[in-house]
Amino acid sequence: MINYALELGQTAKPEALLFYILAPLAVAAAIGMLVVKKAVHSAILLAWVMVTLAIFYIAQDAAFLGIVQIVVYTGAVMMLFLFILMLVGVDSSESLTETIKGLRWIAITASIGFGGLLISLLGRASLGRTTAGLADANSNGNVEGLAQLIFSDYVWPFEVISALLITAAVGAMVLAHHERTVKRVSQREQSQARFRSGSLAAAAGLPGPGVFALHNAVDVPALLPDGSPAPSSISATLKARGDMLDSTQYQLDNNDNAAEDK
Amino acid sequence: MNSANYLYLSALLFTIGAVGVVIRRNAIVVFMCVELMLNAANLSFVTFSRINGNLDGQVVAFFTMVVAACEVVVGLAIIVTIYRSRRSASVDDANLLKR
Repeated sequence: MINYALELGQTAKPEALLFYILAPLAVAAAIGMLVVKKAVHSAILLAWVMVTLAIFYIAQDAAFLGIVQIVVYTGAVMMLFLFILMLVGVDSSESLTETIKGLRWIAITASIGFGGLLISLLGRASLGRTTAGLADANSNGNVEGLAQLIFSDYVWPFEVISALLITAAVGAMVLAHHERTVKRVSQREQSQARFRSGSLAAAAGLPGPGVFALHNAVDVPALLPDGSPAPSSISATLKARGDMLDSTQYQLDNNDNAAEDK
Repeated sequence: MNSANYLYLSALLFTIGAVGVVIRRNAIVVFMCVELMLNAANLSFVTFSRINGNLDGQVVAFFTMVVAACEVVVGLAIIVTIYRSRRSASVDDANLLKR
């Protein structure tokens, strides 16, 4: 696949085909990123733009960067984004009311001006220039060429980058650190509170679901010694969902009668 | 094909990212648009590397990726911290200094 893409990059015509198919798709996905309502959809569209860019890198003789783009961006960064989206709430949909009146139209007009300026500038700057190509620079292989540069000319920036990475990791840890406002209740204190609450029944702990009932499934309340069901033995989640079964139908004496009738 | 086409694409993507930063209100989407702008800049680095015939542009693009990864880690940590205290990921709600 990569070799095929590299071959595409070296011949002009297939690369043009690749470009004219993928570039409109990338631009469409990028515009879609702005107009879709849900942040998750934006993330998926951005992942697509990043994959497209990786293909362009590979097509432009930057095989190493293409792979790094997929591994770092679509692999790590986008997963981090999706992870945070799940944490913050997937369906926290954004209000589309403008806080500053007319901001959207001002932004779009200004961006058309900015983009037009950038593109016309590029058109003037690179007109008439021939592409040197990377055949010479990549003669020992793209990864080897990059390694040579990084560990000779760019070794100082490389060291600084490592310091930056450590700083970022420490910074994220500091930001994620959560200071407790109230003291954590220890197991010993919980136990003492149970015994001092007055009733010894509270000290014994709650019955598990299904105890003494015919079925020991999680949605069947336990039967107390007097035969009455104990709803407190069922998880609050199941209770809230209405999935709790009525355990009186599973009472032992009812079933014994049924067996005798048979 | 003229390599400048990649530069035009890069300029377009950068502009779209800039629009997104201004008009979207969800902090995470704003952040994704910043990532789009960084990616667009990377594409022009790679293209210029090819136009000039040396690998320096690719090295710079590589460094940009590392810086972007750092930025994502710290930025998302800030968003989560704001969300934890204000229960909202909207950039309009982070106006503690105003009132």
